Amino acid sequence: MTAGYEAVIGIECHVELRTRTKMFCGCVNEFGGEPNTKICPVCLGMPGALPVPNAAAIEHIITAGLAFGAEIPAFSKFDRKNYFYPDMPKDYQISQYDMPLTRGGAVRYWLEDGTLKECALTRIHLEEDTGKSTHAGSGDGRIAGSSYSLVDFNRAGVPLMECVSEPELHNAQEAIGYLESLRRTLLALGVSDVKMEEGSLRCDANVSIRPSGSSELGTKTEIKNMNSFRSVERAIESEIARQIEVVGGGGRVVQETRGWDEVNGVTHPMRSKEEAHDYRYFPDPDLVPLEIAHERVELLRTELPELPWQRFERYTAQYGLAPKQATQLLDNLSLATYYDRVVDASGNAQQSSNFVLGELSRLANETGVAVAESSVSPEHVAELIALVEGKRINSKIAKELLARMWSGAGSPAAIVEREGLAQTTDPAAIERFVDEVLAANEKVVADYKAGKTNVMGFLVGQVMKSSRGKADPAIVNELVRKKLT
Amino acid sequence: MRREHIEKSAAEIAAQVRSGRVSAAEIVEETLAHVDLVDGALGSYLTVLADAARAAAVRVDERVRGGEQLPLAGVPLAVKDNMCLDGTRTTCGSKILERWIAPYTATAVARMLDAGAIAIGKANCDEFAMGSSCENSALGVTRNPYDPARVPGGSSGGSAAAVAAYEAAVGLGSDTGGSIREPGAFCNLVAFKPTYGRVSRYGLIAFASSLDQIGPLTRTVEDAALAYDAMAGYDPMDATSIDRPVEATASALREDLRGLRVGIVREFDTKALGPDLDRIYRQAYGDLERLGAEVVEVSLPTAEYGVATYYLIAPAECSSNLARFDGVRYGLRVEGNDVRAMYDKTRAAGFGPEVKRRILIGTYALSSGYYDAYYVRAQKARTLIARDFAVAFEQCDLIACPAASCPAFQFGAKSDPYSMYLMDYYTIPMSLAGLPALSVPCGWTTPADGNLPMPIGLQLCTPLFGERLLLGAAHAYERATNHAGARQPVLDGVRA
Repeated sequence: MTAGYEAVIGIECHVELRTRTKMFCGCVNEFGGEPNTKICPVCLGMPGALPVPNAAAIEHIITAGLAFGAEIPAFSKFDRKNYFYPDMPKDYQISQYDMPLTRGGAVRYWLEDGTLKECALTRIHLEEDTGKSTHAGSGDGRIAGSSYSLVDFNRAGVPLMECVSEPELHNAQEAIGYLESLRRTLLALGVSDVKMEEGSLRCDANVSIRPSGSSELGTKTEIKNMNSFRSVERAIESEIARQIEVVGGGGRVVQETRGWDEVNGVTHPMRSKEEAHDYRYFPDPDLVPLEIAHERVELLRTELPELPWQRFERYTAQYGLAPKQATQLLDNLSLATYYDRVVDASGNAQQSSNFVLGELSRLANETGVAVAESSVSPEHVAELIALVEGKRINSKIAKELLARMWSGAGSPAAIVEREGLAQTTDPAAIERFVDEVLAANEKVVADYKAGKTNVMGFLVGQVMKSSRGKADPAIVNELVRKKLT
Repeated sequence: MRREHIEKSAAEIAAQVRSGRVSAAEIVEETLAHVDLVDGALGSYLTVLADAARAAAVRVDERVRGGEQLPLAGVPLAVKDNMCLDGTRTTCGSKILERWIAPYTATAVARMLDAGAIAIGKANCDEFAMGSSCENSALGVTRNPYDPARVPGGSSGGSAAAVAAYEAAVGLGSDTGGSIREPGAFCNLVAFKPTYGRVSRYGLIAFASSLDQIGPLTRTVEDAALAYDAMAGYDPMDATSIDRPVEATASALREDLRGLRVGIVREFDTKALGPDLDRIYRQAYGDLERLGAEVVEVSLPTAEYGVATYYLIAPAECSSNLARFDGVRYGLRVEGNDVRAMYDKTRAAGFGPEVKRRILIGTYALSSGYYDAYYVRAQKARTLIARDFAVAFEQCDLIACPAASCPAFQFGAKSDPYSMYLMDYYTIPMSLAGLPALSVPCGWTTPADGNLPMPIGLQLCTPLFGERLLLGAAHAYERATNHAGARQPVLDGVRA
């Protein structure tokens, strides 16, 4: 970033909630399907049809609010946001205006180096999603030049969470950290699939800049059309650079909505403030105000799982994992849960991480079976760790055993016992292997003595081979060196 | 023309069908033949459901033979055309829905049919229930059966005319600011708007959601009670319907008013309505007293702001409710160069002037910068009006007042929208407060511009959920006075 300026960023996310049915009707809430097959009079906005709120969706929002430490007001209501759009069945969206389900709270997140940060939330509210338009006849699916449009209402009426942050982020990395943490948290809470590629997470960024040290907010632009975390990162960086260039060149930033152009890597104007809609919000007379029972909120609070940033702190501060390892684990909730079980059984957080993120993850990638779904139980991994730590087997044998366990071989201790795979640590036994190898490789020994010390590795390897891998490599090394000098 | 059965009340028809003395099929045939004869001139129905009615009659007769005690067995029903009935054209009296076929059935209609009623047709109404004369229907003229030169009232004018003319025994109407009570008063009927939330609005095409309420138009109080008992009660499809047990009203019909206090509203001075109506209402209040009620004066000081309040809230809600008629998914579409042009052309061609006027008023009232001054203030006024009623009901059990300020008027007589809005002066306050209210015939007056006596309605109103008392008291008054029986509708000479 150019010196002298600080960026100020706020993020607005729309997250489709995971519920059995849609927000205001009994239609199934699931992604995809043949167009217009998951619809009914209510979500089509047929004349006379009325909305009835989905209690599970309301509880999802409250749960999310509790996870972020938000206030849950005792009273809330739905409002109508009025504007005409072909994929909005009623030409108004049922949303929440001045009495959202939650207020305040904060998302705790961390950066790549492990620094924990926090970004305050303004509010989280509940609304309904719109349908989806497809523009035909223009060749590229864009509305410009299209001859007609088709609307699929399968998505119309899907419960949608809107989560608005305060402008407390200052660069693209913080924005990504915030989004990652939000995504992980909602996943952990089970309230959404949070898949950007399926549109169940969509976000816009409000970006402004100001002279470093200033506390005033500059004029902001709203960036839309970002369809991956990577494009959020690029769009924010590009927009900050653009604003600095405008201001640096003596110009002024215009308040407007800008679209992110993924191909050209720039934002371009979409509409200015003057064109902003007057949404004519008013309380939806089809829905009665919501009274949120305190006891219910407290019950939901007790049901909160350990949250990702709490887990991150546990992994780094308590377990001593590197931030990168902790993040890798948290990127995959089932893996993290598996890891926790391995740690519980082994008592060795670092080795558990090495196995889970190392060999087990490699096997998972190779076979396409998730670690948690594999036939390797966390208890058996703990057994394996105990064998390695107790120097009963070396890491090479451990790796081989793990591959066999992946194929269903069961307890590693039992295999070691049955097949006599235990590591040989008896120096006398190992010395016999060493003597044999040195005797059989006179020329190599001579080379070593002539100064070609790099042949040492070959000799050690030969000893390991003749011990069928069971010899303790540290003792082998020591003995070979001693015998050669 | 033989009208052996259909001039009877719904209660009598249902009793006869249940007893097997007459079949639902016979009732339906007699009704359809009568509709065929008179409706060309009266225009009560926009759609006559002859085939469906015959098929329904067969099913009702089967159910009766199967021993089901259907409270409305074989009762011919007129359904206001702003209520959905699966597979039938449902127009709201509007060009924008002129060819729309409803894909589902409104809860209230379904409950009536389940109780044995048979839908004869979809009845005309003011476009989207906006009006007090049926003149705002884009799809046809409905005439008052008591004087074809006059309007039947509105917006539920088609249902009212159908029941008055024996084209149905029960009419379903919807009342937002008086749309059941006023046409009921104009057509010599019992016209009942229940407590807001008592009858499901699911499938009622919304005008103003916080005010709309379905209710019956009938020739007797007992019929109104039977219809209400069949329709009322919680519906999980309507979040504003009230989940609270419904006590049957048909078993609460009274013969006197002993022990009741009836409030007469000081601000509703009937002298302002002219000597004839003043006399009729004084007579009515006196009759209530003679039936044993104690008549007391009560005050509704903010009621005079009812019309102004209503004409902010109702248009505000309608401006949003009617947005969905955009040509995208159903109803009329007039193509344009782009989607905006399509919207504009569709809505310009599809909506009539009164609907457009209210959408404009409502859009304005909700606009940023005006919202607080109009919509929010109107909501506050609404609260005050409801509070006035609560205070008044500390002194009385029922309120009695006019249902309308005049009898049915001639076509075109109220061409100024504001004079039409004032038609609901006495009915709007109850709507704003969500209270149950009805109109019951209370006398006849011959308007200066005509020579046929026209019916006048007495409005009764109780606190929320007072339906048993309301219908019970109306029954006592009806039995004691029998004003409705003084004249028959003009049917035999009617020609289009």
